[in-house]
Amino acid sequence: MQEFAPITGEPEEIARQLTDLGMVVEETSVVGASLDGVVVAKVLELAPHPQADRIQLVQVDAGDGEPLQICCGAFNMSVGDLVPLATIGMTMPNGMEIAQRKMRGELSNGMLCAASEIDLPETDYDGILILDSSLNVGQPLGEALNQKSDVLFDLDIEGNRPDALSIVGVARDLAARLNVPFTQRSPEFDESSETTETVASVTIEDPVFCPRFGVRVLRDVQVGESPDWMQQRLDAAGMRPINAIVDISNYVMLELGQPNHSYDLDKVPDGSLVVRRATQNEELVTLDDTKRSLIEADGVISNIAGEAIGLAGVMGGQSTEISTETTNVVVEAAVWDRMPIAWTARRLNLRSEASTRFERGVDPLGIERALDRFAELAVEICGATVLADTIIAEGAFNPTEAVLVRLERINLILNLDLDASTVVSILEPIGFSAVDNTDGTLSVSIPTWRPDASIEEDIIEEIGRHYGYQASGVRVPTPTQAGELSAAQRSRRKLRRAFLTNGYSEAMPLPFIAQSDLEHIGSSAEAISISHPLVAEESLLRPTMMPGLLKAVAYNQTHRIDAVQLFEVGKVFLPGGEDLPEEPEIVAAVASGYSPSDKAAEQAVKLIYDVAARLGLTGLTIKNDSVEGLHPNRSASVTFRGRVIGAVGEVDPGVSEQFGIAGRVAWLELRTETILAAMASTPKYTPISRFPSSDVDLAFVTSTDVSAVDVARTIKKAGDGVVQSVELFDVFRSDELGHDVRSLAYNLRLQASDRTLKEAEVADIRNACIEAVSKAHNAELR
Amino acid sequence: MLDDLKKLESEAVEHIDSTTTTTELNALSASLLGKSAPINAAKKQLGSLEPEQRKDVGRALNETRNRIVTAMEDKRALLAAAERRVQLEAEQLDLTEVPTTTSIGHAHIVTQAWEALEDTFIGMGYRVAEGPEVETDWHNFDALNIPPGHPARDGFDSMYVDYGKTGSTLLRTHTSPVQIRTMLDQDPPIYIVAPGRVYRRDTADATHMPVFHQIEGLVIDKGISLADLAGTIEAFTLNYFGPGFTSRLRPNYFPFTEPSAEFDIQRPDGSWLELGGCGMVHPNVLRAGGIDPEEWTGFAFGFGIDRLALMKFGVDDLRELYNNDMRFLRQF
Repeated sequence: MQEFAPITGEPEEIARQLTDLGMVVEETSVVGASLDGVVVAKVLELAPHPQADRIQLVQVDAGDGEPLQICCGAFNMSVGDLVPLATIGMTMPNGMEIAQRKMRGELSNGMLCAASEIDLPETDYDGILILDSSLNVGQPLGEALNQKSDVLFDLDIEGNRPDALSIVGVARDLAARLNVPFTQRSPEFDESSETTETVASVTIEDPVFCPRFGVRVLRDVQVGESPDWMQQRLDAAGMRPINAIVDISNYVMLELGQPNHSYDLDKVPDGSLVVRRATQNEELVTLDDTKRSLIEADGVISNIAGEAIGLAGVMGGQSTEISTETTNVVVEAAVWDRMPIAWTARRLNLRSEASTRFERGVDPLGIERALDRFAELAVEICGATVLADTIIAEGAFNPTEAVLVRLERINLILNLDLDASTVVSILEPIGFSAVDNTDGTLSVSIPTWRPDASIEEDIIEEIGRHYGYQASGVRVPTPTQAGELSAAQRSRRKLRRAFLTNGYSEAMPLPFIAQSDLEHIGSSAEAISISHPLVAEESLLRPTMMPGLLKAVAYNQTHRIDAVQLFEVGKVFLPGGEDLPEEPEIVAAVASGYSPSDKAAEQAVKLIYDVAARLGLTGLTIKNDSVEGLHPNRSASVTFRGRVIGAVGEVDPGVSEQFGIAGRVAWLELRTETILAAMASTPKYTPISRFPSSDVDLAFVTSTDVSAVDVARTIKKAGDGVVQSVELFDVFRSDELGHDVRSLAYNLRLQASDRTLKEAEVADIRNACIEAVSKAHNAELR
Repeated sequence: MLDDLKKLESEAVEHIDSTTTTTELNALSASLLGKSAPINAAKKQLGSLEPEQRKDVGRALNETRNRIVTAMEDKRALLAAAERRVQLEAEQLDLTEVPTTTSIGHAHIVTQAWEALEDTFIGMGYRVAEGPEVETDWHNFDALNIPPGHPARDGFDSMYVDYGKTGSTLLRTHTSPVQIRTMLDQDPPIYIVAPGRVYRRDTADATHMPVFHQIEGLVIDKGISLADLAGTIEAFTLNYFGPGFTSRLRPNYFPFTEPSAEFDIQRPDGSWLELGGCGMVHPNVLRAGGIDPEEWTGFAFGFGIDRLALMKFGVDDLRELYNNDMRFLRQF
């Protein structure tokens, strides 16, 4: 970055500024520093260690001509070799401090290093790094290898900042923040008299897909290795050096953000490049040796014969690849319509450094500079001759219009009090040229490298970003409304509490199920399927809560936990609405491990009454009924004010078995919508009667299909306000009573609010209750 | 007569002393003080005495009777205490034998974090909004300034479902569509949070689940600025995490806000936690919600609930939240 702006300061402070500008520093590291304290040393003598086989004694000359003894565990060097010596006092990259120490009785005055120990590129042999014999003994290794210590910032760049995917972009932003000048010099090189036009041409067939496309031609190129400085920089940026031309290409992309591609001119007939959309099933072997089958949405660069030689914006083709024999090179730099590049890269699973930049947006006017920079480096490194002129083929490139920005709006959004000249001074250094219209507005031109910016708010964000978000200060807006849960939301919390206090813990199964889960519970429900599910077990959205909770019971049982009480509040998904499915919220509960096992279902029924009491609801009751997935004789539907809203009972043992569950399982499920929406009735105070009460016990023999809840309700009704409570206290079945009947015994408490009940009155009410039950339920007093 | 009384009294006391149970004493009470008891017989003879004598004997009679009653009560207290002692001695109930296990159920830690977050924002004047989990791509993307083809759509790893027009219906990838629904549903000013379940196409591992939970905040009012956003985040930080915690905003990018920011929480030990995203609601989003961006401005923020739950209880694997293992659930 210092090639573009005099950026100085502590790395930590620079990192803080970068983060504050929205370019989050993931890591700050120092590259090349690991060579501080390492010198070039010459091996003078090798001798075995008298006490240890795996260590040898090495006498080296560290520059002063005197032998210095080092104990070394490697045996790959010979007398006369130059090797890196870590001198006493230095700290190795792994944190180890080099000190004089004794190893099995022999002094060691430093450490000879392998390449990996001092962060140098790996060698293809094991052991100590053997240095080039031309280096000077005693010279610091960093100096000898011409490696400078640099600070490397690893940045996380957001999708809206393609410009910051380059050194120059980051430097421009940082220079503006640090208030230092940013300068970008023009590349300098000589051009030959031969012009590019005479050897190359470009045709754009789809101008929307390719807004601009430029080429330069280089001759006499020697494709060797790139220089150390370039290799070190590429290495630091995580790119492997390949050959000088590829390295220059990558270097230009990293420096300027403009991806570019080189073709071997001799493999491109007439030097003609045609930019077009691919044809369906067209084939192309890309640089990674893979044959790609293309579709019409992809873009290609093809030769004059119509053969694709590159996948536009994503990867070059193999047929025109640069080799060490290449001498004539066509360099391409182009910009592409963003979306097609993204689609192609995604479809072929071929995200490259180039496609990442193209799909976010590359500066359409940066092509010339990138080609010139490439040429400059190729002259310097490869001895290239650059042909005169750049060919620029123009597609449909339209520069963004200037945006009108209101000072008042800036200051409102950012809570600042900036004047026009301050705004101009903030925007200018980052390439947004602003003209003060002196009417409270500014006309701001958006630089071509910022494709993300197009409206007033975008400009305001730039101002805020550079002025600092902290400058906006803090203020807490005060709503005039009271913060609160809605009545239904309060009820939902109460609903949860009803289950929690009854010993049910809250489960969260994933709401995805398999078709077989529905078959296992014998459900005929239609489920909505997930498009392209990752796994078949999670291919449907659940239309019922049962599979998830039964699996939870099975999971616990396989972990030797038999007593499981779980509930869940969540959505099920049912076909229904026109645009969207119906999503009723359900509370469901399972319980296993009860002894005797039929107690489980009883417990589940009790929950319903608790829920009603907690939510202050009347009219929540049950009715014996057969329910999908439940035991035919141990199940009931739950009704609320006449509508069926759920079910309770015992899971059909056959269903439990399908899920691998041992023992009986209780089940409860309620649609929450109506009960949460029902206004809790505010209890009305009834004065407590001062008059004595009398108890009456009544036992009826009824058919087993008569609901005990209904009998109690009949008694209450017949009690005419005097029967205060009806409690079922005994259920009795026996052979003597008969098959399909049972005795229900109720305790009635009678009390009037205004008088002491006379014996005759009690008798009348008792008779009225008996008569009502007999009539309504065909029951007999026992 | 007085001598007879003396004798009667000493005999009665002797009898009382000799009883060993309260039952015996009760039986004795009838014979010593009942209708046919000697002391009552003596009382009947009073009438035959001279008035002078009658007075003396009468007093003596009463005194004797009182002394017998006192003796009896004293004895009864002694016997009752002894009997209670025996009874209590026999009634063994070791309260430490009561099982220490409880049968209380445990709320899921995601619910615990969810409700705590709701309560924090309710305390700051917010209401809680909800929306469907299966959404139209219009609510999930288009209305949030992510038109078809926008690269950001890709980043969400959406799970589409087969419903309606192909590719138009998906499991919401964030709680942000609730912003749109709220704006379409109610006029500003709006102060809401929207906690909820969201979905991403992910294979379960220690830090990813296809299902997780987010909470979203939306404020639309007159004159709302970046300062209101920063102040709200800071107030939330203090209220939810406690004293010593602070927050910062740093520029970031989201299609639905402009300016956008990431907000970080600084713990008292100085370390930072990247919590979520926020920003000033993009004018296109306001328009999609039927709100005039020239009249109203607003901010939105959002972050994950699951991660807060994990951090609070020191859970290191996201999958634990969805295993429904009783041994896990009972811990919290």
